Amino acid sequence: MSFLDYFINALFLQAGYNSALVAVGAGLLGLAGGGAGAFIFLRKRALVSDAISHATLPGVGIAFMLMVALGGDGRWLPGLIIGSAISSGIGLLMVEWITRQTRLTEDAAIGAVLSVFFGLGIVLLTIIQTMSSGRQAGLENFLLGSTAGMLISEATTIAIAGALATAFVFMLRRPMTLVAFDPEYAATTGINVRHIDLAMMGLALIVTVIGLKIVGLILIVALLIIPPVTARFWTNQVGPMIGIAAAIGGLAGYIGAVFSAAAASLPTGPIIVLVAFGFFVFSALFSPLRGGLASALRHWRFQRRVHRRQGLLALARREPIYDGFTLRILRQSGMIRPDGVATLRGKTASQKAAHDEARWAMARRILPDDSAIERYDGLTPIEDMMTQDQIDEIDRVIAEQTGAPA
Amino acid sequence: MIDNLITALGAEFVQLSLTPIVIGILGAVACALPGNFLLLRRQALIGDAISHVVLPGIVAAFLVTGTITAVPMMIGAGCAAIVAVILIEIVKRLGRVEPGAAMGLVFTTLFAAGVLFLEMTDTSSVHIDVQHALLGNLESLIWFDAEGWQSLLDPVALATLPPQLPRLAVVLVGIVLFITLFWKELKISTFDAAFAEAIGIRTRVLGFALVVVTAIAAVAAFDAVGSIIVIAMFVCPPAAARLMTNQLGRQIGWSVALAVISAVLGYVFAGYGPGWFGSPYAVSAAGMIATISGIVLLLACLFGPQRKRTGQRAEA
Amino acid sequence: MSNAELIAEAGKIVDVAAKDAPLTVRGLTVSYGNKPAVFSVDASIPAGSMTAIIGPNGAGKSTFLKGTLGVIPRLSGEIRIFGKPFHEARDRVAYVPQRASVDWDFPARVIDVVLMGLYGSVGLFRFWRARHREQAMECLDRVGMADFATRQIGQLSGGQQQRVFLARALAQNAEFYLLDEPFAGVDAATERAIVAVLKDLKAEGRTVVCVHHDLSTVAEYFDRVLLINVRRVAEGPVDTTFTAANLQETYGGRLATTHIDELRLA
Repeated sequence: MSFLDYFINALFLQAGYNSALVAVGAGLLGLAGGGAGAFIFLRKRALVSDAISHATLPGVGIAFMLMVALGGDGRWLPGLIIGSAISSGIGLLMVEWITRQTRLTEDAAIGAVLSVFFGLGIVLLTIIQTMSSGRQAGLENFLLGSTAGMLISEATTIAIAGALATAFVFMLRRPMTLVAFDPEYAATTGINVRHIDLAMMGLALIVTVIGLKIVGLILIVALLIIPPVTARFWTNQVGPMIGIAAAIGGLAGYIGAVFSAAAASLPTGPIIVLVAFGFFVFSALFSPLRGGLASALRHWRFQRRVHRRQGLLALARREPIYDGFTLRILRQSGMIRPDGVATLRGKTASQKAAHDEARWAMARRILPDDSAIERYDGLTPIEDMMTQDQIDEIDRVIAEQTGAPA
Repeated sequence: MIDNLITALGAEFVQLSLTPIVIGILGAVACALPGNFLLLRRQALIGDAISHVVLPGIVAAFLVTGTITAVPMMIGAGCAAIVAVILIEIVKRLGRVEPGAAMGLVFTTLFAAGVLFLEMTDTSSVHIDVQHALLGNLESLIWFDAEGWQSLLDPVALATLPPQLPRLAVVLVGIVLFITLFWKELKISTFDAAFAEAIGIRTRVLGFALVVVTAIAAVAAFDAVGSIIVIAMFVCPPAAARLMTNQLGRQIGWSVALAVISAVLGYVFAGYGPGWFGSPYAVSAAGMIATISGIVLLLACLFGPQRKRTGQRAEA
Repeated sequence: MSNAELIAEAGKIVDVAAKDAPLTVRGLTVSYGNKPAVFSVDASIPAGSMTAIIGPNGAGKSTFLKGTLGVIPRLSGEIRIFGKPFHEARDRVAYVPQRASVDWDFPARVIDVVLMGLYGSVGLFRFWRARHREQAMECLDRVGMADFATRQIGQLSGGQQQRVFLARALAQNAEFYLLDEPFAGVDAATERAIVAVLKDLKAEGRTVVCVHHDLSTVAEYFDRVLLINVRRVAEGPVDTTFTAANLQETYGGRLATTHIDELRLA
C-alpha cells in the first residue's frame, strides 16, 4: 500500500483500530487545546503554558521511580499522567507565587520555573537511566511524543481524557469568555476571576499532561498557542474565535496523527505542530479580515488617501506642498501638472475637499454628539456619513456665518 | 582532611573536572550577563525561544554542509536564532499579538521542523540528537593531556584544551565589551525607550544587537553545556540578583557571582553528590546546574533584601 | 499665480513663516492601524513661548508630541525644529515622557535617572564622571530633590518622580522643552514647583510646550494654547484662542457649558 493510500485510509479511520483511536484522541486533544488556549491567549498569558509543560518532567520521573519502587510497571500511563499533573501544578503555583510575592515579572517567573523544573527532570531521568529496572526506556519519548507502538489501553486513555477535556472547555466556556473579554466586568457579575484563571490554567495543564505521550512536552504548548493566534485572524469576536481555535486545533491534531500513522518513523508531535503552523501561515497571509495581504493593501490605500486629502487641502489653501509622496500622488492622479501647478481637475477636487472639510468643522461645532463625529476617519465625505437634512442644516449655518446665500 | 583536599584537587581533578567547571562557569556567566537586560526589558523568554531554535539551526547546518564540525554548526545555530527573532517580530506585527504568543508560535514551529528534518535525514552515522542539544556534554569535556596543575603552564598541554573553553572565553570577552561600551545606551533605553529615542539612541538597533549578543551567548554555551543551562542562566541568576540590590551595576555583579556559584555547586553535586548517597553513577551536570540556580533563586525570593516591589509598573 | 503655486512649482522647501521657530509642524498624521490618532495637524510654536496642548482624552495630544519627535512613526507630515529636521536639532530639545510610561521598579537611584539627561555631553563609549554628578545634583536642587539623590526611584511619590523627570530634562540644558502631562497625578506642592521651574525657563528665553489636561490652570500657567481633537482646532495666544467656542468645538458635548463658564476664559 502506498503512503497516499494509507494516508487516505487513515484519514477515514480505515487504518486499524489503534491508529483510529490515536487520531481521534489527538483530534480531541487539539480541540480542547485550541479552546483552552484561546482563553489563555486572550488573557495574554500564552507562555504560562510553556512553564506548565516543562514542569511536567520531574513528575514523570518521580512517578516512574515511585511505581517501580512499589513493584509496579513504571511506564503505566495514568500514573505518569498523575505525576506530571502534580509537578506541573506545583510549577504553575510557583509562577503565581513568584509574581505575587516578589518584584519579578511573570515572564521571568515562567523562564525560571520552566528551566529549573526541566533541569530537575533531566537529573531524575539520568538517575532512572542508572536504575536496574529494565523497562525504563521510553521516558525520553515524553520529550517529543510518539505514537509508534502505543498500547491500545494508552490510546483509549488519551481518547477518553481528550473527550473529558473538550467537555470541560464546553462547560466553562461562558464564564471564561466573560473573564477573557473583560475581567473587571466579569467580577461585578459575581464570577471569581481568580478561580476562573486557575481553571483556565488547569485546563492547559490537563491538555498538557494528556498530550505528553502524543506531542511531547516541548511542543505541546504549540497546541495551546498556534490555534488561537490563527483564529484571531478570522474574527474580532470572542465567541467565534474560541470556536475557530478549537476547530483548528482539532484538525491539526487529527491530520497530524493520521499523517504520522502513515509514516510511522516520524514523531507525531512535530507533524501536528507543523500542520497547525500551516493553518497559521495561510490565515496570516490570506484572511480578508486581518491577514497580512489585506492589511497591507488597506494600509497602502489609507496612506494614499491621507496624502491625497492633505495635498488637496493644501492646494485649496494655496499652501506649499513639501511632501514628496503627496506631490507624487497628486501628479499621478492628474491633480497637478508635472511642474506642480494645479490642473483644472485638481482645482475642482481641492475645492470639493475644502468644502467637505468646512462642513465637517461646522458639524463638529453644531452636532458634537452625533455618532458620525465619533466614527469619522478624517477622510470620508460627509455625504456618506450624515443625512441630507443634517448637511442642509450645516450648510445653512455656514451660510449664515459667512453671509453668503445657502 | 588536608590530604583529602589535596588529593581531591590533584592531577585527576585537573584532568577530569577543571575544564568542565571552567567551561560551566564561562557558559553560565556569558548567559547571565545579557540576561540582566533581558529581564529588565521583560524579554526574559527570548532566551528560552533562542535556545529552542538552536536545534533546527544545527540540523540545517548539517543538511547544508554535511559535516558536524563546530564552526558551521554554530553559524547555523546563530542564524536560526536571528531568523527566529525576526519571525517573532513579524508574527507580532502581523497578528498584533502579545510577544509571548508570538514567541511560542515561532519556537515550537522551528523546533518541530528541526526534529522532523533530523528524523527524515540519515543522521544515524553522526552524533547529533535532540538530547545532546538539550543536555550538552559538560562531563565529557575533559583535559586529556593534563598531568596536574603544572600543565596550565605547558603550551603543549594547553593546546589540547577542549576547544569549547577558548571559544566561550572569547565570547565572554565580547559580551563584556558590548555591555561596557554601550553601558549608557543599554541602561537608558531599557529604562525609558521613548526618552532614549528622543535623545538620539537608536533603540531598535540596540535592542536587536542585544538579542544577537544573546544568541551568540546561547549558541556558544549550548554546545558545551546544553540548552537547559542556557535558559536557566539567562533567567535565574539575573532574577535572583534583582532581588538582592536596587542598582543596575550591582545587580550585574550579583548575577555573575550567582551564576558562578550555580555552575560550581551544580557540577560538584552532579559529579560527587550521588556518591554521598552511595550511588556509583553521576547525574546530568547540566540539569543539576539548572536545579541549583533554581534553588538560589528560591532563596533570593524568600530572603533577598530587595525582593519586594516598590515602584509602580509601567502602564504601557 | 499665487505664492503657494510658485513654491510648489519650484518644488523646494521654502518656509516663509518663522524660519527657525522652535517647532513648525505641517500636516502631521499619525495612525494606529487605519484610524488616525492625529490627522493633518499644523502647528507653529514661537520662540520663548509657553504653550499648552489641550484636548479631550484620546484626542492625540501625546501622540502629537511623540510623532513630532519621531518616537513613533508618522504617516505623513513635515516637522522642523529650529528650521531643521529633528535629528539635526536634537541637542536643543528636551523631552519629558509621561511618568507612567516607564517602569519605576527599574534598579536605579534618583541621580542615575538625572545623569541620563547628560547623555549628550558624555560621549560615546565614555562613562559619567564626577563633574556630571555635580551637574546632576544642581538640577536636582532646582526641583527641590537634592536630598533624594541616592534614593531608589521606586520609593518616590508620583510628584517626586515627576520632579526627577524634570531634573533630567534640565540636565539636557536644551532650548526647547516638550513635556507630556507633567501635572498628571502630582501633589499641589510639586505642581507649584514645576510651574516655577518652567516659568524660569521661559524667563531665560527658552520655549516650553506641555500636554495639559487641567483647563482651570491654562490661563494662569501658559501664554499660548494648541487645541487638538485628532485635528487642530485652534492655535494662538491664550487671550484670543482659549475661548468658549473653541473649547466647545474641541471637547464637543463632553464639556458642560457650566464648566466652561467657570473657567477664566478670555
